[in-house]
Amino acid sequence: MRRALALVLLAPLCLSAGAEERRSGFADMARETQAMQQDDTANPGMLWVLEGEALWNRPAGPAGQSCAGCHGDAAAAMRGVAARYPAWDEAGAAPIDLAGRIAQCRETRQRAPPLARESEDLLALTTYVGHQSRGLPISPPSDPRLAAARERGQALYAERRGQLDLSCAQCHDDQAGRRLAGSTIPQAHPTGYPLYRLEWQTIGSLQRRLRGCMTGVRAEPFSYGSPEYVAIELFLASRAAGLEVETPAVRP
Amino acid sequence: MARVLLNIPRSVRPGEVVAIRTLIQHGMETGYRPGADGEVLPRDIIRRFTATYDGAEIFAAELSPAIAANPFLSFTLVATVTGPLVLRWQGDNGFDQTETREITVAA
Repeated sequence: MRRALALVLLAPLCLSAGAEERRSGFADMARETQAMQQDDTANPGMLWVLEGEALWNRPAGPAGQSCAGCHGDAAAAMRGVAARYPAWDEAGAAPIDLAGRIAQCRETRQRAPPLARESEDLLALTTYVGHQSRGLPISPPSDPRLAAARERGQALYAERRGQLDLSCAQCHDDQAGRRLAGSTIPQAHPTGYPLYRLEWQTIGSLQRRLRGCMTGVRAEPFSYGSPEYVAIELFLASRAAGLEVETPAVRP
Repeated sequence: MARVLLNIPRSVRPGEVVAIRTLIQHGMETGYRPGADGEVLPRDIIRRFTATYDGAEIFAAELSPAIAANPFLSFTLVATVTGPLVLRWQGDNGFDQTETREITVAA
């Protein structure tokens, strides 16, 4: 009985000790998957980087303006940009994520047909811009206007939802590093989005990943681009501050 | 045109065994999956890959619906002469893509 009590008392200590050491989902992957991500000629995400580069330089809209026409060379102009998103959007007076910003720029400045969330073109452009920050630490902006949405994201992260009545925190904080069936539960740091997921057989955004978890607990997912998703993205970015951007990552 | 990632050394020594690695963007739709409307999506896969080095076919592969999207294919060759390496992917719906890279053999 005493031993059982001691184990019960120790268990939360072990878990909190594990949670203190933050690490990317990369560390939890099989060696083969890690090798796939690290080799740019084997990482399928690099196909979308190439696609995004072509789109970056391709004129669109009635003025025939390309992204490069205003921003110039992405390697210089977009370095570090993805690391600080989501950011505050002056025009919409709300937080906006990187894919949202690219879609907005395309619609309002290029006046080109809008790009839908999770469309190949928007994913390719977001991957290309994200790739320019690879190796830089995630550095969320200190803009005080983001604080309210970040807190909302934190609340959503801790809120139980769905028929399984589970919150994000119950798996990714309390059980991180342990197993859900055959898969290791990662700490849920969004270091490599958009990323190539072997299960999807394609590249996808963080919102698609969040949607997957929500349907997994049998909750009704939010719609793509909704303020709730951006709020969760904001909170996750602050939670992962300092970890390296890996875009395009590979995940099982 | 599908995007490709190729890892091919430009310059090699005579007799050297060279690893060629290829990755091509392709959905590899199996023909067994239902779409959003419940109808089975028609098959759309790459059927055959061939590699020709200096005019001779040195490697070929038949691909099946069980192969993942964006197929990664790797093979080795013995570099004997300076010449073009022609990689060709052929598939359903008239998919046909050719990439050519020069391999330079220098002592």
